[in-house]
Amino acid sequence: MNSTRTRVWLATLTILAFLGLLVGCSRKSPEDVVVRPLPAPVTPESAPVTIGAILSLTGPASPSGEPQKNIVQMLVEQVNAQGGVLGRPLEVIVRDDESTPAGAVKAANDLIEQGVVAIIGPSTTPSTMPLKDICQEAGVPLIACAAGKTITDPVASYVFAVPQTNTLAVEKCFDYLEKQGIDKVASIYVANPFGEDGRENIAALAAEKGIEIVAVETFGGDDTDMTTQLTKIKAAEPGALICWGTNPGPASVTKDAKTIGLDVPILQSHGVANMKFIELAGEAANGVQLPAGRLIVWEQLADDDPHKDVLREFATTYQEEYGQAPTIFAGYAYDAFWIAVQAITEAGEADRAKVRDAIEQIKDFQGTAGVFNYSAEDHNGLTMDAFVWVKIVDGAWQLAE
Amino acid sequence: MSAARQIADKGGARWSSLLRATAWLLLAAVVATPLLLGEGYRLPGGVGKNYLLTIGIFTGIHAIIAVGLGLLMGYAGQVSLGHAAFYGLGAYSSAILTTKLGLPPLLAMLAGIMLTALIALILGAPTLRLHGHYLAMFTLGLGMIVQIVFNQARGLTGGFGGVRNIPHLGIGSWQFDTKPEFYAVVMLTLGVTLLMAHNLVNSRSGRALRALHESELAAAICGVDVARSKLQVFVISAVLASVAGSLYAHFMRFVSPGPFGFVFSVDLLIMVVVGGAGSIWGPVAGAALFNILSETLGKIGEQVPWVADLDIVLFGVVLVAVVVFLPRGLVTLAARRPGRARGPAIQPEAQAEA
Repeated sequence: MNSTRTRVWLATLTILAFLGLLVGCSRKSPEDVVVRPLPAPVTPESAPVTIGAILSLTGPASPSGEPQKNIVQMLVEQVNAQGGVLGRPLEVIVRDDESTPAGAVKAANDLIEQGVVAIIGPSTTPSTMPLKDICQEAGVPLIACAAGKTITDPVASYVFAVPQTNTLAVEKCFDYLEKQGIDKVASIYVANPFGEDGRENIAALAAEKGIEIVAVETFGGDDTDMTTQLTKIKAAEPGALICWGTNPGPASVTKDAKTIGLDVPILQSHGVANMKFIELAGEAANGVQLPAGRLIVWEQLADDDPHKDVLREFATTYQEEYGQAPTIFAGYAYDAFWIAVQAITEAGEADRAKVRDAIEQIKDFQGTAGVFNYSAEDHNGLTMDAFVWVKIVDGAWQLAE
Repeated sequence: MSAARQIADKGGARWSSLLRATAWLLLAAVVATPLLLGEGYRLPGGVGKNYLLTIGIFTGIHAIIAVGLGLLMGYAGQVSLGHAAFYGLGAYSSAILTTKLGLPPLLAMLAGIMLTALIALILGAPTLRLHGHYLAMFTLGLGMIVQIVFNQARGLTGGFGGVRNIPHLGIGSWQFDTKPEFYAVVMLTLGVTLLMAHNLVNSRSGRALRALHESELAAAICGVDVARSKLQVFVISAVLASVAGSLYAHFMRFVSPGPFGFVFSVDLLIMVVVGGAGSIWGPVAGAALFNILSETLGKIGEQVPWVADLDIVLFGVVLVAVVVFLPRGLVTLAARRPGRARGPAIQPEAQAEA
């Protein structure tokens, strides 16, 4: 009996104490509790303008997220050394999504409540998709560094993207096929989201242009022997072979095609546009052609190419800072960062809705991925012009236009 | 228990009931905090309501699966390396049936439960008759097959692109489309799960399970249908994973194959082992620790970047420390109080009754 009464007393007391705590808290004026102000329009001049970045720093996507973090941190220092934005220091809060959609959702909710003006990233399409709703509902501009076409199609008014899409790269390939008068192609894809997206785009464009796909094969991300698939392809007598994948698979495709004597032009995707491909494929790489961003051939661009300055700046600073050539992924973060900064500057204040409007107004923006022209209907902003046609000659990239 | 021992235990028992009451209140307070926090509040580090709710939702979803897996591991003595697959089957069932066929969310969830239960039955019936860890191997295989289906059955699953535009969870016109509502739904589901697990463990079949965990032979001699008992728990744990998957799908409103792979199966094992497989609350503690630790490191990482990469190392250290010092999981810390010795160890009565 006695112990029951004690328990009831204790329970009542604890509940009261807890309620008291809550009521006490809610009576406090927000200034006492709020550590970082909400998107609040009224901020002291010295308070930093805050941007969030959600990148894949751990997990399978970290090879793309890590250089993105590097470049963002380098650029923040650069901007602050030149006086910041809107006369205030710039701050970027970097969060890791652990290469998972759930991680990205947690990070986005946190960043939004920390009052960020815009969010850069995530690095992958699966992480970006659930953020489409979240950023749209919260009214926070998102500038994605992932290439899935579903990110900007259909358009959500607060969601933008910077990478060149597979759609544009595939169009560039078909341009080449038409110029060469090739009407029968075989294709081979890596079994991952990138290859999958390429497969869909190639199938759609081939149907539209009346080009026949005579064979379709796939390979696993870690496969090292492609002779089985290539033998089938050879039997189908294609006029060209299109391979859609990221290293190391496409290098094996290139080598094995040579070994079995598949003597047709080999087209690769922009997914192999880094030195690793040439290292892996060795001698066989010569003659391979691909659509690629201007980044890998920036030194060969004409001096009056408006792109050359941006690329020189990006490539040389990255090289100095990290001792290696920049990847296209680092370029995405570079573009997203500058688009955010320019939009904030043009909006004139760190207001989410105004920054969104300003991003949509961005025209002729020279980024590493291409020239961005955003509009209400186009939230990717790039055209086929983002790609140049590149051929590998003597183990080096050669601009073919 | 003899009368003399009862008298001797009386002081300890009163303390333990006080402690238990306080623990319940504390738990209720922790669960209620994100709901009661005002929209404009910021805790230290800029942590706000929606962020806490999101962490709570994922913790709850993980805990639902972990409780089931804890029953399987701690009571039936079987390891599953494929619970992420059951989680995925629930998520994809909800995603596909609601978007492609327009089924109401609850019906789709039910279909997911039936599908998962069926697969668990087919897989478990032959495997659980065998001695040893055959189930681990079979579930490992299942996990890989399911992953391949998610990736390759493009017409159904959308391949790597996943399934988009999944509707909100709702009953009729009542939509759980805000975070507080969804959080409440997840916590309620977790509560029901815990209640069910509690009843199962303290029922005749629960005692039978504990007996067979200690010695299958002894249990069989006492009249326990060993294979049937194990199969029952396996199916229950698979169904719980499926329910959690459906909740995930409706919260994210987007599913892709990535989160349902082998890595997540291992994460679940870590949660269960760290928390303590032989109890009901252990896996919940494990899930909470897993999520809170990873978010805390992420928050510290905002200021000190290298800390964010430490979580894998830290989980390794915690896992080793728990296995070495607290082989029955973190819950043993709570159970060490006088008069609260709990755990899967068979008590004489349990054996006699079973």
